[in-house]
Amino acid sequence: MRLGGGSVRIPYFPGCTLHSKARGFDASARAAAQALDIIMEELPEWTCCGATFSMSADSVMGLVAPTRILVSAKEAGKLLTLCSFCYNTLKRTNRVIATDAERRRKVLTFIEEDYQGTVQTVHLLELLRDEIGFDALAKRVTKPLQGLKVAPYYGCLLLRPAEELRFDDPERPTILENFLKSIGCEVVDFPHKTECCGSFVTVGSPETARECSSSILEAAVKQGAEMLVVSCPLCQYNLDRAQREAPAGQAHAPAVPVLYFSQLLAIALGCDEACLHLDGLSVDPRPRLSKWLGQKAEVTALA
Amino acid sequence: MILSRLNTENDVVAQINAISGVDVRACYQCGKCTAGCPLTSAMDLMPNQILRLLQLGEYEQALKSATIWQCASCLTCAGRCPKDVDPARVMDALRTILVRQGVAHVEISKIPADLLAEAPQQALIGGFRKFVGY
Repeated sequence: MRLGGGSVRIPYFPGCTLHSKARGFDASARAAAQALDIIMEELPEWTCCGATFSMSADSVMGLVAPTRILVSAKEAGKLLTLCSFCYNTLKRTNRVIATDAERRRKVLTFIEEDYQGTVQTVHLLELLRDEIGFDALAKRVTKPLQGLKVAPYYGCLLLRPAEELRFDDPERPTILENFLKSIGCEVVDFPHKTECCGSFVTVGSPETARECSSSILEAAVKQGAEMLVVSCPLCQYNLDRAQREAPAGQAHAPAVPVLYFSQLLAIALGCDEACLHLDGLSVDPRPRLSKWLGQKAEVTALA
Repeated sequence: MILSRLNTENDVVAQINAISGVDVRACYQCGKCTAGCPLTSAMDLMPNQILRLLQLGEYEQALKSATIWQCASCLTCAGRCPKDVDPARVMDALRTILVRQGVAHVEISKIPADLLAEAPQQALIGGFRKFVGY
């Protein structure tokens, strides 16, 4: 893939959340990719990947849905995804299919397909780093987000298990930092960037997830963050929600907007603001971003 | 407690080993899993204590503990375990044994309406798979 050589098409799996609760993630990524001459082609038919990878060694049914998704990208050999859950589930499932002959046979017999685990699941951040390059990306930026202090939050599923995902260093990752620098942001390092936000525990014990998320927010704000960027709708939800209501007797989490990295990318590349969907957050990021949001937003505000 | 092979080698622990693909006896109780776990404040037993109970055959205490429902499968412990024991897989195996018996941690009909309306689909699907078994 080279910039300037015409558009490149890549199959894209949005997953269960990106057409509904995380529309800003989907739309901003598509717009930003297009600005970089990459066409994200949504798979014609897809189902949910199952959200969590089945860690049980005897599990076969949990592999069916993600395998079917991988099979549908067989021809291209690559599958782009944005959500950390999807990335983790697809990549780990593919490893089972590629290396575990017994479970591969069972799954493929069940779905009546032939597949040897050849599809590479790619995250948009990897595509920016490995195919485009952050230096080349910096040259495409039309609105550098100079002076914006952003804390990169990785969460869990992009990084772990590191030996399977090979995404970045699980304890000291740098991909989001380098991405943020390439679009002009000031990177705020903080110790909780790979700590768990509480994930799906939010369904069974919301207070536990709030506690996890609050400590992440506090650490980021203490280091001077004006904003956090994430790559997972569930991280976004937990971190944002933790700022909404504090239970009686508990300190309120500090107010800091939580955005998808692709939203900042789309702004920096000068994409149409309709793709951003910045409304509906507990902490409105628009006042801090007003400098880079265009004329149209201001007119709307005045009207 | 009398330590005996009769206790430590039992079918349930064997089942946990089989489901998780982990041999709990490999744990040497260094405590790294507990030190790095971001969820311990909500746990009644620490991750290394769960491992220790299973080593001693005391699986009932492990299955009764709140800890197994607080684990978020974030895999921090798995990444740091010097013995490749992967406590997160063990937690998943304990939950799996219960949900396969029909014991659900979350009653879907009792999930608050605002959570259902606002939580991303992946949270509900992931939560149902981990806590209900669907």
